[in-house]
Amino acid sequence: MTDTTDNLHVMNRAALTKRLVAGLTKREAVVGGIGNSNWDLWGADRTRAENFYMLGSMGLAAPIAMGVALAQPARRVIALEGDGSLLMQLGCLSTIAAQAVKNLTVVIWDNGIYQITGGQGTPAAAARTDMVAIARASGIASAAWAADEAEFDVLVARALSTDGPHVIGVKIDNEPGRNQTDRDPIRFRESFMRAMAQPV
Amino acid sequence: MTSAAEAPPTWHDILRQVFKDQGISLVPYVPDNVLRPLLDGIHADPFFTAFPCAREEEAIGIATGAIMAGRRAAVLMQTSGFATLPNVLASLPVAFQVPVVMVVSERGTMGEFNPGQAIVCRTMRPILDSMGIEHHTMTRLDEAAFMADRTIRQAFATRWPACLILSPLLTGKRS
Repeated sequence: MTDTTDNLHVMNRAALTKRLVAGLTKREAVVGGIGNSNWDLWGADRTRAENFYMLGSMGLAAPIAMGVALAQPARRVIALEGDGSLLMQLGCLSTIAAQAVKNLTVVIWDNGIYQITGGQGTPAAAARTDMVAIARASGIASAAWAADEAEFDVLVARALSTDGPHVIGVKIDNEPGRNQTDRDPIRFRESFMRAMAQPV
Repeated sequence: MTSAAEAPPTWHDILRQVFKDQGISLVPYVPDNVLRPLLDGIHADPFFTAFPCAREEEAIGIATGAIMAGRRAAVLMQTSGFATLPNVLASLPVAFQVPVVMVVSERGTMGEFNPGQAIVCRTMRPILDSMGIEHHTMTRLDEAAFMADRTIRQAFATRWPACLILSPLLTGKRS
């Protein structure tokens, strides 16, 4: 199998999440995975009601985002998922591909560790598993690694303006999320639902 | 729109009609032989978007996202698939109070030949009870429409997941 991950610049999740969220102008929904991808989303803009923060259903950021996308075909929906989380639910890539969810983008933050539990390495990292290649082999044609911050911006812009599903892989460093959500599921759900009731 | 009471008297037509009456139009599922007539009917009906998932957890995630975004969804699965769900149920639809409706075809009882299925079946109701998830076992055709309609109605009114268990007493006599 061809490793497409060589020569990728290692980026910072908090900085890129901020960059991504700052560029959203059409009430796009953003679903954060558990742990650090979630906290960095909170840190990027906690006032943003279109963000959804998971509590413990590891691996379900992409399926939750897919549900939102199927319910609202006019809204762009983005899942922010860690590599370890996605590894737990790889089958969802086939489900997304099979349904050809046009308005869905999955961003994979890949640092090869289970960061939230103490930084143990994932089996995928040990095996040099290429998550973007898995997405493409699952049937998602628009799947690419972002070589650097500038290419990340380009891939996000394409994901927000063309039919998907899209997958964007990003090699990130091990800096933990600095902002923890206040873990109030009812408030999160209510504000997210109210935001989703607003037209795009 | 026809009401559930006017639906033809098979368990799968009744369930499909109740889904429609309750506005459930998205049906992610994991396949099961007993559910086949229900799945066939849903696939044939343009009211529904139905598709198979690789795993039950995924289907719960999809349904949760859809319901939060304003589209009602129900998840279909078999007993052993339900057994994979406690973490996801506790931390997603229960914690966030999202009324995901599950329909589980019950295997592992009444003549089951597979010990694995028989044992996992005994875990289902205690798991549901431990999370306060309302569940009803459908055994009779004459009660099916009422039970399904009221269970789903209550789930959405109280914002809490619910589970309809399809007993072989119902599905084994399917016409």
